[in-house]
Amino acid sequence: MNGLMIVAYLAAGVLFIRSLGGLSKQETAQQGNTYGVAGMTIAILVAAAVWFLRETNFLTGDTALKFPITLGLLIGAMAVGGLIGGTLARRVEMTGMPELVAILHSFVGLAAVLVGVSSYLQPFGVKQTVPLEHTVHLIEVWVGVAVGAITFTGSIVAWAKLKGTIGGKPLLLPGRHLFNLMIALAIVGLAVPFIQVSESAEGLVYLLAMTAVACVLGVHLVMAIGGADMPVVVSLLNSYSGWAAAAAGFMLANDLLIVTGALVGASGTILSIIMCRAMNRSILNVVFGGFGTGDSKPSGAAPQIVGEVREIKTDELATRLREAKNVVIVPGYGMAVSRAQGAVKELTTTLRERGVTVRFAIHPVAGRLPGHMNVLLAESGVPYDIVMEMEHINPDFPSTDVVLVIGANDIVNPGALNDPTSSIYGMPVLEVWKSKMPVVLKRGMAAGYAGVENPLFYIDNTRMLFGDARKSIEALVTAVRS
Amino acid sequence: MPGAIIGVPKETAAAERRVAATPESVKKLKDRGLTIRVERGAGVASGISDEAFAAAGAELVDDVWSSPLVIKVRPPSLAEVAKLQPRSLLVSMLQPERHPGLLEAIAERQVDAIALERVPRITRAQKMDVLSSMANLAGYRAVVEASNAYQGFFGPQVTAAGSTPPAKVLVIGAGVAGLAAIGAARALGAQVRAFDTRAAAREQVESLGASFLEVTLKESGEGTGGYAKLMSPEFIAAEMALFRAQAKEVDVIITTALVPGAKAPTLLPRDVIEHLKPGSVIVDMAAEQGGNCELCVPDQVVDFQGVKIIGYTDLTSRMASTASRFFAMNVFHLLGELGPEATTLNLENDVIRPSLLVHQGQKLPPPPPKEPTPQAPKVLPPPADAKPQQRDLRSPTRRAWGTTIGSFAVMAILFVLGRFAPREFLQHSTVFVLACFVGWQVVWSVTPSLHTPLMAVTNAISGIIIVGGLLQIGASMNLGTILGVTAVLFASINIAGGFLVTHRMLKMFRREEPSKSSSHGGHR
Repeated sequence: MNGLMIVAYLAAGVLFIRSLGGLSKQETAQQGNTYGVAGMTIAILVAAAVWFLRETNFLTGDTALKFPITLGLLIGAMAVGGLIGGTLARRVEMTGMPELVAILHSFVGLAAVLVGVSSYLQPFGVKQTVPLEHTVHLIEVWVGVAVGAITFTGSIVAWAKLKGTIGGKPLLLPGRHLFNLMIALAIVGLAVPFIQVSESAEGLVYLLAMTAVACVLGVHLVMAIGGADMPVVVSLLNSYSGWAAAAAGFMLANDLLIVTGALVGASGTILSIIMCRAMNRSILNVVFGGFGTGDSKPSGAAPQIVGEVREIKTDELATRLREAKNVVIVPGYGMAVSRAQGAVKELTTTLRERGVTVRFAIHPVAGRLPGHMNVLLAESGVPYDIVMEMEHINPDFPSTDVVLVIGANDIVNPGALNDPTSSIYGMPVLEVWKSKMPVVLKRGMAAGYAGVENPLFYIDNTRMLFGDARKSIEALVTAVRS
Repeated sequence: MPGAIIGVPKETAAAERRVAATPESVKKLKDRGLTIRVERGAGVASGISDEAFAAAGAELVDDVWSSPLVIKVRPPSLAEVAKLQPRSLLVSMLQPERHPGLLEAIAERQVDAIALERVPRITRAQKMDVLSSMANLAGYRAVVEASNAYQGFFGPQVTAAGSTPPAKVLVIGAGVAGLAAIGAARALGAQVRAFDTRAAAREQVESLGASFLEVTLKESGEGTGGYAKLMSPEFIAAEMALFRAQAKEVDVIITTALVPGAKAPTLLPRDVIEHLKPGSVIVDMAAEQGGNCELCVPDQVVDFQGVKIIGYTDLTSRMASTASRFFAMNVFHLLGELGPEATTLNLENDVIRPSLLVHQGQKLPPPPPKEPTPQAPKVLPPPADAKPQQRDLRSPTRRAWGTTIGSFAVMAILFVLGRFAPREFLQHSTVFVLACFVGWQVVWSVTPSLHTPLMAVTNAISGIIIVGGLLQIGASMNLGTILGVTAVLFASINIAGGFLVTHRMLKMFRREEPSKSSSHGGHR
């Protein structure tokens, strides 16, 4: 049975890798998801079989009576969990994806903590007799629980911030770096007595104390991060959840958990790197930073931009759109907030029917989650092959007649290229000002999330269309059609 | 309250064929709830039949002058003023400089009057600016008239019977009319050069493909409202020298220089004209305001030593259909400034105040000049080749340090592991490190547009921790088992939620609708 189990785990691991690989192309993405389901099914069936055999082997008297209860508990837990998960997945709105992803991260963290504590209390499959192996197991438990706890509370705070229950403003305690350092030292320091005690009841106290401390660290780390950095935070927590699973694999001596955890960890790390590059920030700066709050700004306040903004009216813009050959739409999170996707899709269809080439330009950090804009556009029915990434669309702006910037600000800020005093200096941005006419849809004149004034609004060829994004675009659709 | 009743009379000035409303503007005015009365036959000269006006919703009447609001193209005659109702409003060109006594007559009649030519040249009022829209037409027409009188090709020709060089056209004054003339002459293939005292004109001239002429003397001719100011005698002397030199070369001269409220400056005196070749053509677009050309006679074509000097003052009327359309739209937009019923004269309005010349039986003095708003500094886009200054992760020193420290750290960790760690842990570490590398390779190839589904699917597969929870469920109902069951519960949420939401998202990603792509034929 042991050999079969290893082979089955291998198969599941390979299927998971293929699942991620399938996402490299739209065409194979669904297939990838199916691979993932298949891998998971195999893994659960085999684990259940192994567990069943192990439990039924020792069935004697008392335990024999209790086995149906534990079996029932197991099936019940899976059924309830599956039901909750299914409901969440069916009910969630695509604008709410970041919240769902964040809360699912927290569940992985929580499960890692629970498994870790449980593994400490009843270490199945670990040779207790060898002292060194025992110590290594204890360290594995310690690390797994710590990572799990940080993931758990960090993700909960991220979820609350994304939901708006907690404000997006970073909470910056004085001496917060020192605070983080002390907690980290406490986590390491508590491990020493934990390894030395022989009684599991006594050790449990240390373990739980450390869990509490790690939970505080998770909360504090994410509280200190501003709203605009949420895509990085969510990516980072994604990788943490992977590492937590991998650590659980180490303590349970389970290779499948290790492989899967490593895959997820790598995926989250890569997403974080992509996000950080797209914002020209180092990961340390995001994790410990506190962006746009004074202490990370270059000395000397950025010069207040003065200039004249030029307004455009719906009718005139509609005429320009009708006469245009190439139109690019740059959506930002503001589009999702005002729920303008449907209207944007309508506009796209209307213009394309008239022979105008319409494409979308997506900045890597647009939205609250990597790839969030793509999902929102896909949901409203925009075909994905006209949705372009930044590197691919930037060279095309000079030949673009009209660019519509909808609910985006920092990602089209030219100051990122030529204003060293700007706090987003060095960030790659969509170079919309090279087009013949960038039009910014905006509720009014206010700075973006990063608190950066945007020189784009004052550039000669820029026009502003003030008003609620959805209403503006609906009016545009009507005007273009008439 | 119902909106105003608008009267549109037939124009009576000689050679005037335009009309102040078109079926298009009538329809738009009706949409605003206004009533429009058009005099019978008002649009005939512009090619608009009475039926077309009626179809657009206008009432056709014989007397429009009794309407509370009268819109018109040319300044009314004194006889027409006498027909206006007291307390009515007249919107028209007025040109009081050339029609002495007109404003007084209007004031005496207790009529309010808005002069269309006085609409300020501010961005907001561009769509009401009849001077610009008419100048644009006139500039084009000037070139058409010039080419008609000119006896050669404008564009270069190479034929079996010989070839001709392109006509050389000089446009003096690069305002709206001048720029339109440059564009039209270029379109016919002529070689165009242009002169303007305002340096700002250079860029616009050059963008149309003409060359910009300069005098050696430096003096800015930037006046207010987009007009040039009068220049110093030294400058004018230098200018004349330039024109004299140009006259020897060029075939066609189009002059467009106007000074608001004064006689047009004389730019082509007799001695300059004498330098032109016979067969050359001059179009003097300022003929109505006294002419830029000394020998010009308004509304006539003068032949002076073989040089044709065209002084038409009705260039826009020669394109009456288009001119009426533009004029009517300008008027329509101006009426938008008069409130929803087109009855309110707001003296605070920055378009209405300067153009309202007669109000409540009084001639209104011109508004006090506004404090010149400090010119906002221009915000320039970054240079075209600007690249984001990414954090320098690739600096050689940094990399060297990173590599050195990194390899020492890796060696130290490997040594400690190899020396002290139990065999089983090492096996797990091997699997872990290899899996990290596999994950790294695989995930970099994921297309960015699927990053959200990627996160959802990793959510689901990190639910694999269910295996851990499951194996922790012991036979006895102790704390460990309960923790294990709870872990299974949460991991199940992840598995079901993650996979289902991924499926839901991926289903949304679609290419072109099939009906579309099939019409593309070979498109995959």
